[in-house]
Amino acid sequence: MSEPSTSYGSRPAPTGSAFELFAWLFMRLSGVLLLVLALGHLVIMHLINNVGNINYEFVAGRWSGELGMFWRGYDWLMLMLAMVHGVNGLRTILEDYLRPGKRRTLALSALYIIGIAFLAVGSVVIFAFKRVV
Amino acid sequence: MKVALRIQRFNPDTDKSPHFEDYTVESELTDRILDAILQVKGLTDGTLTLRKSCAHGVCGSDGMRINGRNALACRELIMNHKQPIVIEPMKGFSIIKDLVVDMEPFFNKYKSVKPYLINDEAAPAKERPQSEKDRMKFEDTTKCILCACCTTSCPTYWADSDFVGPAALVAAHRFIFDSRDRAGEERLDIVGEKEGAWKCRTIFNCTDACPRGIQVTQAIGEIKRKEIFG
Ligand code: FES
Repeated sequence: MSEPSTSYGSRPAPTGSAFELFAWLFMRLSGVLLLVLALGHLVIMHLINNVGNINYEFVAGRWSGELGMFWRGYDWLMLMLAMVHGVNGLRTILEDYLRPGKRRTLALSALYIIGIAFLAVGSVVIFAFKRVV
Repeated sequence: MKVALRIQRFNPDTDKSPHFEDYTVESELTDRILDAILQVKGLTDGTLTLRKSCAHGVCGSDGMRINGRNALACRELIMNHKQPIVIEPMKGFSIIKDLVVDMEPFFNKYKSVKPYLINDEAAPAKERPQSEKDRMKFEDTTKCILCACCTTSCPTYWADSDFVGPAALVAAHRFIFDSRDRAGEERLDIVGEKEGAWKCRTIFNCTDACPRGIQVTQAIGEIKRKEIFG
């Protein structure tokens, strides 16, 4: 039977890939982790310390002291999880609402490029940081 | 007493796009919405087209969008709805005429999960026994009557017609969790695809819409858990 143009076939060709399973699982796990990390960040930056006191000195001190590697790790993990979590969420939305085609490819490419760029810049800043003053 | 209806009409031979028409019928408040629609068809405009059969919530043929929510017109009392009662065909399928939509894609998706018992072990002399506990694992999902109220209430399905949809996932659940069935793995592969259970965004519209009260979102959640933990 020929399908009317607005009707759709039965099922897309199977891919056999478990990517969506891992993406789904990642969203749950990173969500829980971010709850802890981001809330911790919020408490440290806004409740324990006055926002007015948070400046270069504060961050540089935190990243260079004895616990320097710990705080760099903390910040990097938060950056990593938040970035991938956010990008994957946007990917989900774009794939839901844009039909396959040029516009979707363009939007997704832009998303990935921006995501990777931010991750790279952030990682460089966190790990290559050297206190200058 | 007078009951006001606003029904979406579409005749593919004359209309470019659907439009609404207002009708008033004489009805009891304890009547069902299906009765009011049939009055319009019987007394006002015989060209009004809809599907219905049992009129008792059994066959699942009169699923439609009533005041913005999917339901079976034969199971909704007039008194429980604000007037004018707005009646539209289910969303997400192409309209054939008025309230009749093309269900072919729906049944294709249903078939894609192999909704039948698969077990090629030698048939026992009498029957394949099953404990009450095993049976309860899929009791809820046996209640589906394929009315499509869930799938056509799902925003993910509206946006992406490749999504297998809640009804097909319910059917998959029905057999994946049946201890007598042997094709669970195969079905888990089918609904473990990108356009399968992972496309579910846990919106719960399906659970709200189901006229049989099936916990659709929960069934999909159980499938996801099975995909991950086996
Ligand atoms: S007419 Fe059969 S379910 Fe409503």
